[in-house]
Amino acid sequence: MSRGRRRFWIVASVLLGLAAIVSAVAADHPATAAPGASAEAPPADSVIVQQGRRLFEQGCSDCHGFDAKGIAGVAPDLHGVGAISADFYLRTGRMPLDDPHDEPLRSDSPYDQGEIAALVAYVGSLGGPGVPPAIDTAGADVARGQELFTENCAGCHQVVGQGGIMPGAVAPDLRASTPLDVAEAVDVGPYVMPTFKRLTDDDVADIAAYVTYTHDPEDRGGWGIGHIGPIPEGMVAWLLAGAALLIAIRLIGERTTR
Amino acid sequence: MPAMSALDERLGVSPGARKLMRYVFPDHWSFMLGEVALYSFVVLVLTGIFLTFFYVPSDATTVYQGSYDPLVGASMGEQFRSVLHISFDVPAGLLMRQTHHWAANVFIVAIVLHALRILLTGAYRKPRELNYWIGVTMVGLALLEGFLGYSLGDDLLSGMGLVIAYSVALAIPFLGEYLTFLVWGGEYPGTTDFWPRLEIAHALIIPVVIAGLIGLHLVQIMRQHHTQFAGGGGSEKKVVGTPTWPGYALRSLGLFAIVAGLLFLLGGLVQINPIWEWGPYETWLSTNGAQPDWYLGWLIGGLRLMPPLELQVGGYTVVPTPFWGGLLFPTIVFGILYAWPFIGRRFFDGPGKHNVLDRPRDNPTRTGAVLALTAWVFTIFAAGAADRLYFRTFIPYEAQVWFFRGMAFVLPVIVFFVARRLARELQRRETHPLRGTSARIVRRTETGGFERARASPEEG
Amino acid sequence: MRLGAAIAKGVKLLVGIVVAILWRRPRERAERLPEIESPTLEREVTGGAGATLTVVAMLVAAALALAGFTVLYIVLPDTQALGLTIGLGLVLLGVALAVAGKAVVPQEQAESDYHDFGDELERTAIEHEVRESGEGVTRRGLLLAAGGAAAAAGGAAVIVPLASLGPNPPSPPFSTPWGPGRKVVDAEGTAITADEIEEGSMVLGFPDGVEDKSVFGASILVVRLPVAELELPPGREAGAPEGILAFSRICPHAGCAISMYRHPVFAPTAPGPALVCPCHYSTFDPRRGGALEFGPAGRPLPQLPLRLDERRELEAAGDFYEMVGPSYGGVRQDVPGDAS
Repeated sequence: MSRGRRRFWIVASVLLGLAAIVSAVAADHPATAAPGASAEAPPADSVIVQQGRRLFEQGCSDCHGFDAKGIAGVAPDLHGVGAISADFYLRTGRMPLDDPHDEPLRSDSPYDQGEIAALVAYVGSLGGPGVPPAIDTAGADVARGQELFTENCAGCHQVVGQGGIMPGAVAPDLRASTPLDVAEAVDVGPYVMPTFKRLTDDDVADIAAYVTYTHDPEDRGGWGIGHIGPIPEGMVAWLLAGAALLIAIRLIGERTTR
Repeated sequence: MPAMSALDERLGVSPGARKLMRYVFPDHWSFMLGEVALYSFVVLVLTGIFLTFFYVPSDATTVYQGSYDPLVGASMGEQFRSVLHISFDVPAGLLMRQTHHWAANVFIVAIVLHALRILLTGAYRKPRELNYWIGVTMVGLALLEGFLGYSLGDDLLSGMGLVIAYSVALAIPFLGEYLTFLVWGGEYPGTTDFWPRLEIAHALIIPVVIAGLIGLHLVQIMRQHHTQFAGGGGSEKKVVGTPTWPGYALRSLGLFAIVAGLLFLLGGLVQINPIWEWGPYETWLSTNGAQPDWYLGWLIGGLRLMPPLELQVGGYTVVPTPFWGGLLFPTIVFGILYAWPFIGRRFFDGPGKHNVLDRPRDNPTRTGAVLALTAWVFTIFAAGAADRLYFRTFIPYEAQVWFFRGMAFVLPVIVFFVARRLARELQRRETHPLRGTSARIVRRTETGGFERARASPEEG
Repeated sequence: MRLGAAIAKGVKLLVGIVVAILWRRPRERAERLPEIESPTLEREVTGGAGATLTVVAMLVAAALALAGFTVLYIVLPDTQALGLTIGLGLVLLGVALAVAGKAVVPQEQAESDYHDFGDELERTAIEHEVRESGEGVTRRGLLLAAGGAAAAAGGAAVIVPLASLGPNPPSPPFSTPWGPGRKVVDAEGTAITADEIEEGSMVLGFPDGVEDKSVFGASILVVRLPVAELELPPGREAGAPEGILAFSRICPHAGCAISMYRHPVFAPTAPGPALVCPCHYSTFDPRRGGALEFGPAGRPLPQLPLRLDERRELEAAGDFYEMVGPSYGGVRQDVPGDAS
């Protein structure tokens, strides 16, 4: 390891340590501070943006270019996409990608909260919409949310949010999606998802409330077997009921041998 | 027994009753598959009667005010609301509804297993072709009946199923438009007349026809007696087994209670078709991953696998694409099933009456043919669920479609030869002497099939 | 201890009763009984006390579970509890009956003759009867023809009323409320403006002022694509103002709602824009006017020509370019629908 390289790592570690402290402080007031505060982008020369830029150059610039202006045919220019986009892709672990041709899917992010905040601040400093304020689903209407979800989202994500496919892409399940994820995705339209800017804030809150409801829907009928309908139902009919009945008739069907 | 004598003196029932009590059931577990289907049907009728008291066959728009909170205030059809009402506000309603639905799924599982048993052992041969055809007819009716029941709720899944059924019916060349306008009373989604029609077909017409055919099925069995496997002491002339009374009746009643108990256990513990989670249907709504109940999976597979071949003449469509996968494919399958006794006689069964069954290995060509047909239908069935496979495995959907298209042609051929070979192998390796009295010599016929030489002493 | 003894005594009594009932041997199978069709080959009296006791225990358990069902129904009609009690009760009952059938009652094997149906003599007799019935009848051909005519007309008269079920389909069978100047509104009836449709967004639209939104020809999808990327069929450019395109929401394959829109954020590393049906995955390319890209549909997705009014609100510039709804025999492939 060269001297220069080592110095870089020391600086990076210090910055990471700082970021950890910042994020720890931020995490103390998540509801008030974290999403709402970042709506106002920090100035471009602030510590957090500089830290984000550093992280970006290490982890993202291979595809998005050194100054986030994108690389033709590899990854898009991030000027103007806004903190909202960066927040969605990074928080849900969709970025970074191993291969720019992969579909970005939810995964565990290699970054900690502080690093994500720094990266978001950096991308946010390049212009574009900020992270939306916290979504309050307390007063939301789940019935209306289900209606709007069915109209706009169920075609891809399945009506109980179990996900699905289309030729060329996977529409992820929404079992881990928070109201903020929903609000961001509706505005950003990640990967091949369309955007839904005609939806009002109330609409989005209703949809988010419904998505939260689908995480634990009212399975009055018993074991929910995946909430995707006939495929698991058929499996139960064949593998559980069919097998049990085969055993039953095997036992009953023949006379006890003499 | 005073009741007995009272009845007997008025109607003369005792000879018939005695005959019934002495009816002989050969011992083999696989003969009870049909009984499982029968008892599922009984559960279907009983739970179905309960449901008819609450179902409302109307598409009039209403606003939900029941006890399922997440849908309160939603606008929906009366039929959907009434099913929600059954599920949430009628005591034991959800139990009955779910048991009914599970019973339908298990009913057709039992029918399929029963049919496979009949085909693999040659039970359809003379003199039982008529009863076999009644059976095949009941398979078709059971599928239709199940589909109509699934459609009654007008939830998102069933609405999508119904519009596909509409499109498939519409695709019948020359007749489609007229047929769909008759059934739906006009263009999709139909007039207010449609829902009572759907209910009457599901809750009255088809069940009555099925019940009648079941009666005919049983009467014919009684008249001709059960078939039997060799080795139980019977022969082509005599059937040996347990008489109805008392042993078999108790065992069979026990099976009834077990089938019903299992269905109620499923109905109470495993959720099926939670329509409150699907929500009501409108023509402009659809959901990913929608599927019909399992027994129609082969048709969605057929629809998905078919390439876009629309037969056209001069810019006009003559045969729309859903016709091939949704209609021609099941017509071919049912055509093969109806023709099976003839196919068998020509290729692997030979002429003559048969009361003694073959084991699958005894007639390798037939076994190969039955399993090849099964493999063909199963491949297309599996293709109908390929999207969920993709969701798990990330094999591109297009690639899966091509894979299944290929498999639909290749797999039946492979299965035919492998199964035939396996059956022959089993036959050859059979080291223990053939059980029972009807020793058999299997001889290859000119057509390449096998027939049993009439060599055993009793068969003369 | 005393309680235990009492229970044991009770169980013994119960067993005694059941055994007495089940074990009651048939009173003397005397010779004077009429001959039976299926004579007994072998008979084994099994009814051991152990098996009987098992049956009794299971019957008692079944009775408890089934009684529990009734109690629960009154007290707490919870689906799971109800299903568990009635289900377990029935399974226990079934097992009890099956065990009784196999190990308590006498095990018997009997045989029965297979009937060899087909009686040539009877058939000859029937033929004879039939032949005799025509004795002395003249003008047979005329009788048969008249009878046949009556039967055919009667059969037709039975079937004809079925036509009351539905009207004759018009041509084309599916109506569409769209026409020049018909406003595009959302589910709540609010007009949709061009500026609300951004590139990448998907909007569900309906015809304004139409009562029945559920016919195939009503609902539409609105998307926007860069004008430079469009490769619309000739003559359709005007129907896509600023690259805003409208398509029927109903798949021309099997009538499901097209509810998937694939629109890449970054085109070079993702599949291109497509409208997809979730039923059988027919995939249509909006840039090429809804041409089929993949899947089983036999026709393109019908496109609706749009225009903007002075307030930049969307309205139809005419009817769909193709016929809406799933295909039927006689549907035109490439010609616009009747714009009446």
